[in-house]
Amino acid sequence: MIAAIFSLTLLGAALGMGLGVAARKFAVEGDPLIDEIEAMMPGSNCGQCGLAGCPAAARAIAEGTVSVAVCPPGGKALASALAARLGVDLDLASLVDAGPQLATISEDLCIGCCRCLKVCPTDAMVGAAKQIHSVIREACTGCGNCVERCPTEAVVMRPVTVTLQHWVWPKPGAPRNAIGHAAA
Amino acid sequence: MGLIETFLHTLTIPGWGVHPDDHKRPAADAPLRTLPLPTRLYVPLLQHVGQPARPTVLVGQKVLQGQLIGAAQGRISAPIHAPTSGTIVAIGEITAPHPSGLPFSAITIEADGDEHAIEASVAADPFALSPEEITELVAAAGVVGLGGATFPSSVKLALGKRTKITTLIVNGGECEPYLSCDDRVMRDFAADVIDGVRLMMHATGAGEALLGIEDNKPEAIAAMRKAARLFPEIKLRPVPSRYPMGSDRQLIQTLTGKEVPSDCRAADVGVIVNNVSTANAVHRAIRLGEPLLRRIVTINGGAIWQPGNILAPIGTLASDLLAFAGLKSEPARLLMGGPMMGAVLPHAKVPIVKGCAGILALNEDEIATPAAGPCIRCGKCTSVCPIGLLPLEMAANIRVDNLDGAAALGLSDCIACGCCAYICPSHIPLVQYFTHAKGELWSQQRGKLRLDAAKRLAAERTERLERETREKAIAAAKRKAERAAQKAAQAASAELAATETTETTQ
Repeated sequence: MIAAIFSLTLLGAALGMGLGVAARKFAVEGDPLIDEIEAMMPGSNCGQCGLAGCPAAARAIAEGTVSVAVCPPGGKALASALAARLGVDLDLASLVDAGPQLATISEDLCIGCCRCLKVCPTDAMVGAAKQIHSVIREACTGCGNCVERCPTEAVVMRPVTVTLQHWVWPKPGAPRNAIGHAAA
Repeated sequence: MGLIETFLHTLTIPGWGVHPDDHKRPAADAPLRTLPLPTRLYVPLLQHVGQPARPTVLVGQKVLQGQLIGAAQGRISAPIHAPTSGTIVAIGEITAPHPSGLPFSAITIEADGDEHAIEASVAADPFALSPEEITELVAAAGVVGLGGATFPSSVKLALGKRTKITTLIVNGGECEPYLSCDDRVMRDFAADVIDGVRLMMHATGAGEALLGIEDNKPEAIAAMRKAARLFPEIKLRPVPSRYPMGSDRQLIQTLTGKEVPSDCRAADVGVIVNNVSTANAVHRAIRLGEPLLRRIVTINGGAIWQPGNILAPIGTLASDLLAFAGLKSEPARLLMGGPMMGAVLPHAKVPIVKGCAGILALNEDEIATPAAGPCIRCGKCTSVCPIGLLPLEMAANIRVDNLDGAAALGLSDCIACGCCAYICPSHIPLVQYFTHAKGELWSQQRGKLRLDAAKRLAAERTERLERETREKAIAAAKRKAERAAQKAAQAASAELAATETTETTQ
């Protein structure tokens, strides 16, 4: 009886130890590429890409199921950085989308409900209860979460207006556009 | 010119640059005219490098000539003043003199025609003032570099405090074809320019001044030589007519032999460069107490009836100047500045700014450009580049969107002088490639900064939310403990009371 208990205990302990050591020694780490891409992403988990936050987007980009230009807040800068990292070709010309957008609040519609404040991933909304809210333009990533939350449709997304300081000369040979284009 | 002189002349010509047909005469020889005061002036808030001025007047307010209407804000900025007396009728957006045709902010003044000037106090002897006081007066007068770069002059003069300035170079190069406003300033206001130069030497502590004037302006050289003969510290140095001689680095190299390193400023080699028109503006600011209110503008080009130089208040519409000089034909292209580096104007209803040296109305023949062909790798662009870059290689990189490759070849050192595009036998718009790439790189950098900021903000928010949850949990635990303690205390006191009651009843 004692011999059986002893031998089984020993066997269990030895096998358990073996498994433990194997788990440590042969541990499979998370794909380092995914972690690296995730570190490059904005990390605001805004969901504009249609995926469940930045980690999911990073995985999808690493697997190649979505384009490197999937992240709207990241814009051209992130897309070209990702393309360089992953060694994929990126046609910057195809990236000319609707352009960067920023949230703006119509002050005559805002009722000061504070709902937009809670969903903003970068704390770009300022305001207090029953006070008109405002957007800090520099902090807004244009994710549009606030638009859906606003009960009075006071928040609207507006394209960033091109100013003299942001205007870029068009590339020679490109269809001549008097206004050129702006980047965020 | 004898054979030996010709040989010596070719020796002095620098290895870089081009010499386009200068088209300066007859405009340069026509006497200076003064524009009759326009009814409305549009004074832009941003006429300099740096932060725009902040309006200090209200719509409907009456202003005097020389009154401050926009204050400088930020370290690098310049104030603006009312060029004439009148009423402020608007503070809003007008079309900028910029190829994009985008709007920018300006103050509109309706002139009353009286030209009532604000009273100015002038120091009896400016040379008794300290260099700092001179710099402050120059800053208050809104003087900026009038050669075209429009860098606030006071900031440049203040460099004398940080680095030892040995030489002040006065830029009378005016190498751009068609333009002759600096030539006119030197011919008509030679004594004033020399006085301005002496004041700037006093402000910077420079021991000598070198006046670099291109040798295609013999009248200006003669006038300046006459005005400077009493001052041995001001040396007149005619320089060969070679575009871009008016660029500061090229002029420094020609006059002093020093080459300004790529990531340094002229002051780092002990030199500062100021334009002759800037010297004139400094003279007026210090001696007359007059802010920068007007400037000489060259009106030239094939479509102009009477080309010449016109003294016009800042904020005059280009269309007013064109109407004054008369148009022979409808201009095919309007330019602000010279044909090599000037800005194409979207239309003529744009205001004259402090840095506007000229308005060119070119006709069809002057702007005719053959279609661009492929690069034949002749290397002419490399030999004319004043910086020593490889324009053909940079353009090839930019054409396939390899902007980083172009940056590695020294794109940021390109001064966009246009020599390469001028000389190119295939008529490739090289400068447009470089300007496009510089803008694109700059906006990419800005995008990256924005992304980093968003990342930081998101991380801070997550941290804040976590902290709040933690604090809430701690507060809840504390409340719970307090409640428990309270309950225990109540129970204890109740027990005590019960004991007491029992004791009393016993």
